[in-house]
Amino acid sequence: MAIEFTTTGTPGDGSVGLVETNALRLFSPPDSLTLAGGGQLGDITVSYETYGTLSAERDNAIFVCHALTGDAHAAGHHGALSTKPGWWDDFIGPGKGLDTDRYFVICANVLGGCQGTTGPGDESPDGGTRWGLNFPFITIDDMVTVHRALIERLGIDRLLAVIGGSLGGMQVLEWAARFPDTIHSAIVLASGAKLSARGIAFNAIGRRAILVDPAFHDGDYYSHDQLPRFGLALARMVAHVTYLSEASIEMKFGRRLQEGDRLAYDLAQETEFQVESYLHHQGKQFVERFDANSYLYLTRAMDYFDLATTHGSLSDALGRGDARFLVVSYSTDWLFPSSQSREVVTAMVSAERDVTMIEFESPYGHDAFLIEHEQLRGVVAPFLEQTLELVRGPS
Amino acid sequence: MSATRHSMLGPDSEMIDELLLEQVDDGSRVIDLGCGDGRLMERLRTERGCRVMGVELGEAEVTAVIGRGLSVIRADLDQGLGDIPDDSFDTAVLSQTLQQVHHPTAVLREMLRVARRALVVVPNFGHWRIRLKVIQQGRAPVTDSLPYEWYDTPNLHVCSMHDIRDLVNQLGVTVVREIPIIGGRPVERAWWANLRADSALFVLERASQ
Repeated sequence: MAIEFTTTGTPGDGSVGLVETNALRLFSPPDSLTLAGGGQLGDITVSYETYGTLSAERDNAIFVCHALTGDAHAAGHHGALSTKPGWWDDFIGPGKGLDTDRYFVICANVLGGCQGTTGPGDESPDGGTRWGLNFPFITIDDMVTVHRALIERLGIDRLLAVIGGSLGGMQVLEWAARFPDTIHSAIVLASGAKLSARGIAFNAIGRRAILVDPAFHDGDYYSHDQLPRFGLALARMVAHVTYLSEASIEMKFGRRLQEGDRLAYDLAQETEFQVESYLHHQGKQFVERFDANSYLYLTRAMDYFDLATTHGSLSDALGRGDARFLVVSYSTDWLFPSSQSREVVTAMVSAERDVTMIEFESPYGHDAFLIEHEQLRGVVAPFLEQTLELVRGPS
Repeated sequence: MSATRHSMLGPDSEMIDELLLEQVDDGSRVIDLGCGDGRLMERLRTERGCRVMGVELGEAEVTAVIGRGLSVIRADLDQGLGDIPDDSFDTAVLSQTLQQVHHPTAVLREMLRVARRALVVVPNFGHWRIRLKVIQQGRAPVTDSLPYEWYDTPNLHVCSMHDIRDLVNQLGVTVVREIPIIGGRPVERAWWANLRADSALFVLERASQ
């Protein structure tokens, strides 16, 4: 089944313009998704957005894998141009890193998420109640299987590229390992073939904060008045620190105070320093848009990811197919340090794969891939151009 | 990773590329260390059908290599080639770069770890003009082929053809060939090469076990 794609935007200002989130149902009965952790899940709704135009040959499609708290709305606006644009709007659009004048870009919310794709916040098939912690265990594996099914449904046999940062980068690696013949290239940003012990540690603190919130009610908070807001906000505050670098946090806040230049000597003043105020603000905003159960499921999926163990070795995992790889890391990223990217590159070199790796200098830590658009465009644009040329043959 | 090295694009560059191309087997796997913008790599791919990979420190250069559709790793040669497994390549190329790294012995060892064969091009500081400058002026030499003042030069080490030979002997490496470059031309057999050569290509191989 082929689906028609139309663009409703008003291009010209570097934005893809007005966009809509679409939804598809996959794995509907009698089919179901066999989960990597065991069990079946049927009738999965996937929310996704597309930007640009799919070529007649269907050879210019790029799939964007979002990070932990991202969603399908990667670019453009849902309403008036004054509304908040998609999370990667600076990188997706006409003339941008993922140039929508040339490529057809797809982004979908992950399985287990809370932004349209089936997750623990949805009603369970038993009727009436929400899944909560009865939702089955989800792995990166499962997320990729669902996205692969989406691409197939959209009538695309082979993607020009699959790209993603952080948790998105893990999905890219898993995709390259599991479905090597469905991609021409893979772009992995600020990520790695596994989450480090330190990464697991920070996720554990975040989950603990949610689990001990009195409003959590074993994940069944949907039927109560209150959500576990404090726990989820605290989880976000902790995680946010891991996305910043020493340099960026000093640059952005230093020891500056929120008001005036005198310390209050008052413990009740919880947001005296600018950095405190910022983290509180981040936490507060986050609980408005994210589901605590999804946070538990997705961080756990991240913890479990270990490409080498699942596939025997990294070289075994990444040695099949003929996709080209671009691996990008950032000098001040301590959540996914460059050494993790280099480990992936070593495996690819020994598997005789076409791999390019660049460590960028950036003060922005893990967040750099969402901030340094021009730097990233400098390598991604020529990489994609060359890949498309290889696919289409010399003109 | 902030240090930069000069890719010495001189009038001899093209000729040196030609010379290197001749030393490489068709269809072999080649790693170009300090590959600059990938000029040589592109020719290795199109003219010799080689599978090539570059290693380069400069961000702009790395981007240029990507623009040619070639694979490249951004890395500092002085940090070793830890990302590259043993024997991943047939030939490792290091053109006009050995004198610019902090640890030339370590770099040579790494080259012959990742590849069986190494092609190394180095400027020859034993050239008579350089010697004469030193004697006449009593100052660090500045010549057409070595146009840098001592306080602002990418060349951290000063070595002659003799010195390179001594070094590789120490490392237990076999010098398969040695081609001096004199007056812009490679000369297979040259009298007084260490006095006359502006630079030289050394073809090195791991000593057989």
